[in-house]
Amino acid sequence: MLKYIIKRLTVGVVTLFLLATITFFLMHVIPGSPFAGETTKLPVKVLERLYEKYGLDKPLSEQYIMYMKNAVRGDFGVSIYRKGKSITKIISNGLPYTARLGLVSVCFALVTGIFLGTVAAFTKRKWLSNFVLILATAGVSMPGFLLSVLLLLLFGVVLQWLPFVGLESPLHYILPAVGMAFAPISMIARLVRSSLREVMKQDYMILARSKGTPEKLVIWRHGLKNAMLPVITYAGPMIATLLTGSFVIESLYSIPGIGAEFVTSITNRDYTMIMALTILYGSFIIIANIITDILNAVIDPRIKLGK
Amino acid sequence: MSLLDVKNLCVDFNTDQGTVHAVRDISFTVGESESVGIVGESGSGKSVSMYAVMGLLASNGAIRGGSISYGGEEITETAFANHKAYEARMSRLRGNEMSMIFQDPMTFLNPVLKIGSQITEVIRNHNKVSDAEARARAITLMGQVGIPSPERRLNQYPHEFSGGMRQRIIIAIALANHPRLVIADEPTTALDVTIQAQVLDVIKEMKEKLSSSVIMITHDLGVVASFCDRIIIMYGGKIVETGSAREIFYEPKHPYTAGLLKCVHNPEKKEKLTPIAGSPPDLLMPPAGCPFVDRCPDAMKICKLKMPEMEQYSKTHQSACWLSEAARRKGEQHG
Ligand SMILES: Nc1ncnc2c1ncn2[C@@H]1O[C@H](COP(=O)(O)OP(=O)(O)OP(=O)(O)O)[C@@H](O)[C@H]1O
Ligand code: SF4
Ligand SMILES: [Mg+2]
Repeated sequence: MLKYIIKRLTVGVVTLFLLATITFFLMHVIPGSPFAGETTKLPVKVLERLYEKYGLDKPLSEQYIMYMKNAVRGDFGVSIYRKGKSITKIISNGLPYTARLGLVSVCFALVTGIFLGTVAAFTKRKWLSNFVLILATAGVSMPGFLLSVLLLLLFGVVLQWLPFVGLESPLHYILPAVGMAFAPISMIARLVRSSLREVMKQDYMILARSKGTPEKLVIWRHGLKNAMLPVITYAGPMIATLLTGSFVIESLYSIPGIGAEFVTSITNRDYTMIMALTILYGSFIIIANIITDILNAVIDPRIKLGK
Repeated sequence: MSLLDVKNLCVDFNTDQGTVHAVRDISFTVGESESVGIVGESGSGKSVSMYAVMGLLASNGAIRGGSISYGGEEITETAFANHKAYEARMSRLRGNEMSMIFQDPMTFLNPVLKIGSQITEVIRNHNKVSDAEARARAITLMGQVGIPSPERRLNQYPHEFSGGMRQRIIIAIALANHPRLVIADEPTTALDVTIQAQVLDVIKEMKEKLSSSVIMITHDLGVVASFCDRIIIMYGGKIVETGSAREIFYEPKHPYTAGLLKCVHNPEKKEKLTPIAGSPPDLLMPPAGCPFVDRCPDAMKICKLKMPEMEQYSKTHQSACWLSEAARRKGEQHG
């Protein structure tokens, strides 16, 4: 197990390195520069000095080696767009907000999704099962921002039940977390429903009943573990995504997180910021995948780690 | 008094195509310590009728009529106040008084649970024993059904066992609490020929030791010949003939039984099985008359119109076919 984790982490680091390399060169190939928007106002002299200051006058290969050297030491440089503010500072200021909202959303998504999926799988009331299906379809097809705007208008502005600026109190989490979790909830509910129904049809459930095990225990002992496998496979990457935050939600609810940074850093050609966030998101996803695979193997003995 | 008494059992399934009438009005009994074989081709309703007895029908299936009694106690769901009461009673019986060995050892064990816990589950369901005691019993059982080094294998998962070994585990689960009735649903069909005989021997040996009654479902008349006191022949959701092994093999009355016997592989002649030509009736719209009419070499006009009654040939021998009636008429005319 430990050997496997070390192997996966090594592969992860290599992947991250490749990802960083590709991103580095790609973003320089794309036309435009961090100062493009201001060139009209900036005299050539000033521009040159700016380029020099951030090392952008050097050959690309040299810049690359310098960046990588620093990055390995944990120094991600300064934001070009934010006039020299440290990247590490910016991220460590914003990440806690994003991560906290992300965690709340993850828990909300898992609990609600599994609950709804289970209800839909077992209910004898057809309308209830259909209701969950409709909800699930809505969650997949309705754009997240539309729902968030609607929620904000209804509960924040019109009814004024819930606060919608910042993340000061637990109440502040409700609206953005619902917005973040809605699509994952519908996915999880659908997965759980179909997975449970599939499991209920399996032969090993019949054998379990034939032992005289009461139905509730048959489902709990024999069904749940099997039914959770597809859910875990989906939930791993979902958690990574939710933890990196959302541009729309954080802008709408004025949350000072890093969800918005990725989009803005790309439009601003804020090279150092793009690099740092790529590496951060990349590691989130890699770690989430490793955990997913380990969990799958823990639950399903047929999966052999490392094969 | 017989241990199991099934009267006029009917089982239907709801499907997208309509109602499947899988079992249509069958009656039979199984005596204490008796071995009864159920023979019939695929889809004739063998498994469904036994699942109905155990109360293990799929969720789209239901008993539409008839009664089942076990040891004199009526265990048809309709005899209980509600489903909960029925389930409560049945879960005391299942795995304890009556148990089942299933057709496909590859799919009936739970892939994510250790073998040990799958065996101890049935022990603990019906006995107040400690963890250690349950494990010890499971180890003994595994030894009895011929699984080598049970202490080690207890902690393994189903995929680490061969088909034959998995079927032994299922047998161990079925026999753990010394049930009085064991239903074996084609316990060897899914296994290699060499393993089949071994697994059959295990069942035989255990049966003798426990003196349980056994219902053995099979396609294989050879298996029945070596195993069963009495044989039930099913076709198209009905019992068409039943009799002692002697009567079925040497004096078959029903043309379907006769056809089946002709199919039996004859090693001297070296000919392959010659299955009866044609296909079984559509159970969505079962025929009003004899279900075998489309394939019967002796079919008459009346066969299509009316289902023949069960005719008693001896204390044990019954068959439902118009031929006997026709023969009697002829006899009357001559006499
Ligand atoms: N859950 C179900 N839904 C619909 N039809 C079913 C269901 N289970 C069984 N049937 C139908 O009931 C009929 C009898 O099936 P059954 O399994 O009893 O056959 P069998 O005699 O055991 O055959 P085999 O030898 O192949 O096991 C078949 O036509 C089958 O298609
Ligand atoms: S009743 Fe008629 S069709 Fe059916 S088996 Fe007898 S002779 Fe054949
Ligand atoms: Mg069957």
